Amino acid sequence: MNGFLSIRNLTVRLKNGSPILRSVSLDVAAGQVHGLVGESGAGKSMIGKAVLGTLPRALSVTGGEIWLDGTNLMSLSPTERRRRIGATAALIPQDPLTALNPSKRIGPQITRRLVDILGWSRQDAQDRALELLGEVHIPDPARVMRNYPHELSGGMRQRILIASAFAAEPRLIIADEPTTALDVTVQKQILRLIADMQTRHGTALLFVTHDLGVVSKVCDTLSVLYAGKVVEDARMHRFFMRPIHPYSAALLAATPTYTDPTGSLTPVSQAVIDGVEAEVAQHDARRAQ
Amino acid sequence: MRLLTTVITLFGVAVIVFVVIRVVPGNPIAMMLPPGATDADIARLQAQYGFDKSIFDQFLIWLSGVLQGDFGTSISLRQPVSRLVLNRLPATLELSIMALLMAVLMGGALALFGTRFRDGKTEGVVDVTAGMALSIPDFLWGLVLILLFGVLWPVFHISGRISPALNVDFTTNFYLFEAIARLRFDVMADLAAHMFMPALALAIPLAAIISQLLKQSLKETMHLDYVTLARTKGYGENHVITREALPNAILPTLTLVGVQFTFLIGGTVIIERLFSYEGLGNMAIDAVINRDLPLIQGIVILFALLFTIVNLAVDMLYVVLNPRLRHA
Ligand SMILES: Nc1ncnc2c1ncn2[C@@H]1O[C@H](COP(=O)(O)OP(=O)(O)OP(=O)(O)O)[C@@H](O)[C@H]1O
Ligand SMILES: [Mg+2]
Repeated sequence: MNGFLSIRNLTVRLKNGSPILRSVSLDVAAGQVHGLVGESGAGKSMIGKAVLGTLPRALSVTGGEIWLDGTNLMSLSPTERRRRIGATAALIPQDPLTALNPSKRIGPQITRRLVDILGWSRQDAQDRALELLGEVHIPDPARVMRNYPHELSGGMRQRILIASAFAAEPRLIIADEPTTALDVTVQKQILRLIADMQTRHGTALLFVTHDLGVVSKVCDTLSVLYAGKVVEDARMHRFFMRPIHPYSAALLAATPTYTDPTGSLTPVSQAVIDGVEAEVAQHDARRAQ
Repeated sequence: MRLLTTVITLFGVAVIVFVVIRVVPGNPIAMMLPPGATDADIARLQAQYGFDKSIFDQFLIWLSGVLQGDFGTSISLRQPVSRLVLNRLPATLELSIMALLMAVLMGGALALFGTRFRDGKTEGVVDVTAGMALSIPDFLWGLVLILLFGVLWPVFHISGRISPALNVDFTTNFYLFEAIARLRFDVMADLAAHMFMPALALAIPLAAIISQLLKQSLKETMHLDYVTLARTKGYGENHVITREALPNAILPTLTLVGVQFTFLIGGTVIIERLFSYEGLGNMAIDAVINRDLPLIQGIVILFALLFTIVNLAVDMLYVVLNPRLRHA
């Protein structure tokens, strides 16, 4: 396999059979950052959820393979898969306001899994949590560990969630739009922090976003997803120089942060969308045969 | 503030009950006299209990007594109402608390089970079970239980609170609590065997309500981000339900359970009668039959006070369980 995470022909369908992901393949190389872009509803989050085993109940994986560190997750029992994911991967969620349990203190929310799942001693887990909270620039970590989530700001909570994601030294982190729920002023800091942590820990990162400007800053490679289908898979440099797929080109042109920071957002033209839809329909027809 | 509304509520209850029981026909004095008593005898007793005065005057007399801790004298039992009522209260409290405990355990277990196997046949079975449990009122459950465990398979006592043969010297009327504190396992077993059926009859409908409310709340919580995050950490379904979702899902259920618990306490009146359990409710029925106005009045006030205390306790529990309020 090419990557530390290697998704091959992954198909996810609703219970009624309609496809959400259509034969998606992508690779995240060890220690590299792979961007996953596409418009809202394209299925970006579902790729992350399929990998982590947290798909909504209405959806299920109906085909394909998910290789994580040389093991096909789809060939494991649900319990084995859960253990494997818990030990190898972690999630930085989108909304820090809802991703921490409101009835638990911060400390246990970071340390418990180290003890319960990974068998660390309490003291080690405690030390590790303090160390990581320091790393994500939380002032007075010992006090914050005793706080409840509602006592902290959104930015603080996202830092905590980042610390928690890195706590067990996972080799893959999936970050699903980790800054969109935050104040514009903190978005940059958090993005910087994730990039720094990724570099320092050498973790592979699957970075989900719909902001190409962000991708251009942090990613090594990227996949463009459209209507549940990967329409372009490229190294960053090549993508920004010479996008192959018309949807990618349109997306690029529509990204003010990349082309011109003050430019207004040009919507993707209808012709392009029609073109992609025709291609997707063709693809479906081929599969149906 | 809280205290003020409580006092006003209790006062209102007192006024309403006072008026209602004096307006409905039935003369308490006539009922306690032997046949053949003269009108003069009746008039003398009427005056002794103050029934010859206007309702307003009677109320003022009663109220001034209450403010000094005197709830009057029972007409049928000829003892101070306060002593009678306080002697019976522990029996009813023990029964209610036992029933609440059973309801929480059964309802909680059913909710967790239904959540664990949600969106399938198993959850359907849970819902149907709860629906049936709820559509039969507590006293009918009492009759069903008597048939099952009193007649068909007589393992529990169908009447009374304790076997007279046991002959224990209790220092309080909290028999069960005292037996537990004194580690008298034989007494505990006997009390439990008496209490089991009435408590279960009271518990079944409440258990059904708890199971449905808590399950709904749990299922909503299971979609939340922190539950998903816990899954990615490697936790399984059971852990996620009980440790991540449950502590938060309990909160919205709690308030409603508090209200339902007051209904359960109200249910003790008929259930205690059905099982000849010597509690407050049983005494209330006798008091009504005998038109024992001071006693009825005392019991109703005590029930009202009990309801208020339950609601207060629920509010306090809500704050204790909710970190957001605890630190506010
Ligand atoms: N629980 C669900 N039941 C049915 N369909 C769902 C469910 N969750 C998501 N979908 C569908 O799956 C598709 C992909 O959703 P997904 O959340 O992956 O999009 P996304 O690319 O992450 O979008 P966004 O940028 O808005 O986060 C959408 O068309 C959505 O309607
Ligand atoms: Mg998404």
